[in-house]
Amino acid sequence: MSGVDLRVSFLGKELAGPVIGASGTFGFGAEYAGMIDLRKLGGVSSKGITLIPKYGNEGERLLETPSGLMNSIGLQNPGVEHFIQHELPVMERLGTSIWANLGGGSIEDYEKGAELLNDTAVDFVELNISCPNVKQGGIAYGIKAESAKEVVSRVRSVCRKPLVVKLSPQAEDICQMAVACVEAGADALSLVNTFQACAIDLEKRRPVFDNVFAGLSGPAIRPIALRMVYQVCGAVNVPVVGLGGILTGRDALEFIMAGATAVQVGTSNFMDPTACERITDEIADWMQKNGVNSLEEIRGCARV
Amino acid sequence: MPAICCNTTVLEHRQVATGIQLMTVAWPSQHPAPKAGQFFMLRCWAANESPVLSRPISVHAYDRTTATVQFLYEVRGEGTKKLAALTEGETLRLVGPTGNGFDLEDAKGKKVALVGGGIGTAPLYQLAVELNQAGTTPDYYAGFRERAYELDKLSSVCGKVQLATDSGLEGVKGLVTQLLNPSDYDLVLCCGPEPMMRAVAKLCAEQGVRCVVSLERKMACGIGACLGCTCHTSTGGRCVCKEGPVFDAQEVFGQ
Repeated sequence: MSGVDLRVSFLGKELAGPVIGASGTFGFGAEYAGMIDLRKLGGVSSKGITLIPKYGNEGERLLETPSGLMNSIGLQNPGVEHFIQHELPVMERLGTSIWANLGGGSIEDYEKGAELLNDTAVDFVELNISCPNVKQGGIAYGIKAESAKEVVSRVRSVCRKPLVVKLSPQAEDICQMAVACVEAGADALSLVNTFQACAIDLEKRRPVFDNVFAGLSGPAIRPIALRMVYQVCGAVNVPVVGLGGILTGRDALEFIMAGATAVQVGTSNFMDPTACERITDEIADWMQKNGVNSLEEIRGCARV
Repeated sequence: MPAICCNTTVLEHRQVATGIQLMTVAWPSQHPAPKAGQFFMLRCWAANESPVLSRPISVHAYDRTTATVQFLYEVRGEGTKKLAALTEGETLRLVGPTGNGFDLEDAKGKKVALVGGGIGTAPLYQLAVELNQAGTTPDYYAGFRERAYELDKLSSVCGKVQLATDSGLEGVKGLVTQLLNPSDYDLVLCCGPEPMMRAVAKLCAEQGVRCVVSLERKMACGIGACLGCTCHTSTGGRCVCKEGPVFDAQEVFGQ
């Protein structure tokens, strides 16, 4: 893609491109190494990790919906220490920036997890206060701005890495939530995590998922995610990473024109495991055809 | 060897029984060679088309000389219906080979029985072929609801071949567990519906014979990234697509 500059300057680092593999859909990155050139990506966000290892949820974990996917994984992960010892060294060899997606239990667990990540090769901590599938370590802090403010400020006080806070679309007021997180010390925001959703098994006459509700992602949520990203980009002065159902380069460019600094791609990796690289190439193609040399020229250009 | 993602061509595709398809696709020898018990994620519809997820289908046969992979699969829902509509010359996308597959070293010099149920017999043909190449001729036990399919070719790579059907139309009327005496073997390798695998595992455990099973789960990625297919094991949660689908029965069923 000659003549097009896809690099993104983000929190003092340079990302090779604007597309980042979203947490929970990209493993720890190595799973995709045989299928795409990870060096073209802006980064890989790890599977959500918590201080204490978690098995995750019982029962059904996946359900397809029209243009979407419901999941109830429940933050299954090997724990922060295992991540640092075993998964992180592999991520360091991927040739892209490393985002450690950190979920919690209690606020203390978030703090301890963030402290453990301080002296590691992790480039960014993405604080997950938005997982809808576990009572703690997630959505509990993602709905009310005051709760989010408390956990973000406590983590900020111990975290020496650039801190990105991942927001839930379930927030009472997404702009108020965004402002609260920035006031508490977030260096950047990423949004949106999945939407809380429900499905019923008619034959069993019971909810499909043991937790009753599960998180909905994929193209089905994209226009709503874009609306929230548009709103938040207007409410805060920190970089915003947009995500929610991005499947094509054009989808990604919509988020960038709404003001996003970069984007993450999640569910689309399941629809096309080459999605992150393909979307990067499609962005470059569009830029070339439209005489756009760098993303800075179009970032936020659609804001009215 | 990590999974690769590539488009391939359908060379032959036919129905072998009601709702059961046998599809042969090109798999060039420079691609990673799949082994018995491994599988691919199959997709012949666009990323933005329904269903959202690709479909995990096990390798029925891999032939390096003809550079082909065969899939024997049951038409169950929207995804497999779309696959079944593929005709010769059309393309589909494969991600794989993925999963751990059966451990042939484990079977070396042992008396081995293969036990399959329904469409769970699909990976056992490739397994029998590989066992043969490794110098072990397994016996084969299969159970089907109505009638057997793709059974004839097993006789060239297996010793004893025994059949049970629920219908009684072929073989013995009843369950495959009625035919199997695990104490005749050192190792039992099994793939089929979970209740059947549990029953086989229980029989084996009672007679102190090692049993290995291949599990089936819904999967989003097939490569260990989404954790949608996790199962409980005696050593904690394990990913069926990446750390399985082949597990020691005691590990997953806790006999």
